Amino acid sequence: MNSHMQEKRGRRLGITYSAPMGLWLTFFFLVPLCIIILYSFLKKGLYGGVEWEFTLTAYRQMLNPNFMRVFLRTLWVAALSTVITITLALPCGYAMARSRHQVMWLALVIIPFWTNSLIRIYAWIAILSSEGFVNEALKALGVIGESLPLIYNQGAVITVLIYMYIPFAILPLFTTIDKFDFQLLEAARDLGASKPESIFKVLIPNIRSGIITAVIFTFIPIFGAYTVPLLVGGKDSYMIGNIIVDQVTKTRNWPLASAFSLVITVVSTIGVIWMMTSTASERARLKAPAQVVDANGGIS
Amino acid sequence: MSTSPKVKSAAVAAKLKKQPKKMRLEPSRLVEAPKGTPGPYKLPKNQMFQDHRKFGFSNIMLVLVIAFLFMPLFVVVTYSFNASRGMRWTGFSLEWYYKLFFDSKELWRAFANSFVIAITSSIVATFLGSLSAIGIKWYKFKSRSYIQVVSFLPMVLPEVIIGISMLIFFTAVKIPLGMFSIFVAHTTFNLPFVFLLVSARLEEFDFSVIEAARDLGATERQTLMKVIVPSIMPGVMSGLLMAITMSLEDFVITFFVSGPGSTTLPLYVYSMIRYGVSPVINALSLVLILGIMLLALGFRRFLKTIAASS
Repeated sequence: MNSHMQEKRGRRLGITYSAPMGLWLTFFFLVPLCIIILYSFLKKGLYGGVEWEFTLTAYRQMLNPNFMRVFLRTLWVAALSTVITITLALPCGYAMARSRHQVMWLALVIIPFWTNSLIRIYAWIAILSSEGFVNEALKALGVIGESLPLIYNQGAVITVLIYMYIPFAILPLFTTIDKFDFQLLEAARDLGASKPESIFKVLIPNIRSGIITAVIFTFIPIFGAYTVPLLVGGKDSYMIGNIIVDQVTKTRNWPLASAFSLVITVVSTIGVIWMMTSTASERARLKAPAQVVDANGGIS
Repeated sequence: MSTSPKVKSAAVAAKLKKQPKKMRLEPSRLVEAPKGTPGPYKLPKNQMFQDHRKFGFSNIMLVLVIAFLFMPLFVVVTYSFNASRGMRWTGFSLEWYYKLFFDSKELWRAFANSFVIAITSSIVATFLGSLSAIGIKWYKFKSRSYIQVVSFLPMVLPEVIIGISMLIFFTAVKIPLGMFSIFVAHTTFNLPFVFLLVSARLEEFDFSVIEAARDLGATERQTLMKVIVPSIMPGVMSGLLMAITMSLEDFVITFFVSGPGSTTLPLYVYSMIRYGVSPVINALSLVLILGIMLLALGFRRFLKTIAASS
């Protein structure tokens, strides 16, 4: 078989192997997304659904100040929870990577993470509610006379969001830090860097791609969170996810739900592209170490 | 998720431009070698930094975060043995366990639905995802990057978006909502994870082995079944495990695409939380947590691979 024929055959086989998944995702992921884009430009049907008439009404409705307020709140809650989550997850990933018992720590992170998310949210309700664990315990100790309002507010939403998404941050951080050459830290220390200096100037720049992955995998799902604000949030903690679901199930305004979904999709896609380009640049750097080390002095 | 060489080299060039950095270090430092060791001596990873303190800041943080992760589970499990309904401890009782096992028909029906969907969707996703990963790593063809992008986006898009787009899609093409639509949805969100795990495994695979197998007279099929498949098995198993747990766990997407008679366990738990909490949930929690623990223990070999995929 000559090489040209072989290449042609290889291409055919590659397509044969990959086509089933490619087609599946095209039909059941990409086509539905395209339908959403289309629907966002159509007129709302009377009982759900759409009427085939081009209009920008959905986008005009989106500019409603009430929705804008929820949008900004969602952005704020997602940003704050992400920052806290990453700050907590970084030392965890580091300690896990340095540990002799990596598998044990991984199991300890993964077990709660795999436990049904509704059970975990329910557990928080049991802890925070007015007759919940914390209030009953404090009352029994005589610290408080009346229940503290711990649930159905913004604080509860942020706490539970951090709880739900911290494993999403710890796991990629652990994986990246595990690949990091810790001798670099030692070298930095030997050359006179203080401990924080060695962490911030040597470790952090080297695990950038892991941090970005962690940010994406916490920020995007929190931005689209639905269950947590619904079950532990109050009137002041409605998020975009809740608006979208209400538009589908209650108001039956499918074009508006589609328009909101489109906005979230665009935001997420930008995040993913950012992540992919930064991972790619890091990989390129790893593949050509000599080149970079020369110019870079072995760090960052 | 590889990008074209052009993008890569551009990124490297950008990096090089930014070079003037304050610190200059030797890339690695040699640790003092024991006498008689030939050549540069590198301590095994775990023994480096021997002065690393057990009670350092990061270790304390790790223990605190793990405690934070387990605290709600402990509370729920403890109260599953409480005699009364509320959060005030009134005595030990196994009443809720009795109710769970002998008086919760609907819950177990929901569990059976969840189980059927988890098994079928994860097997289909594992098969298609692994096949596709092999095709993409083994051969070069034009639509590779399309598949890579389309298999990555579903992992990061919020579940609400996937759920709603599928609901609208199923309604538009008139597929009735029920077990089948849930199966399709679960397979869709499981595929990318399996694909990613198997691809990562293939990344380490030495493709010259394939040429060797060919030279020794193996057919295409023999090469696939006897060389490639065994070596990607850890990736395939991790993918399957991940798919099963994600499918059992999913609430948001299922919430949109389920119909009458296709209540899954998370949907049932949701209705219990919304419309009158029964302490049976506490008892169920312990059963589920024990199940997950067994799963994690049984597949502990794969935990590191799974961590790398999230």
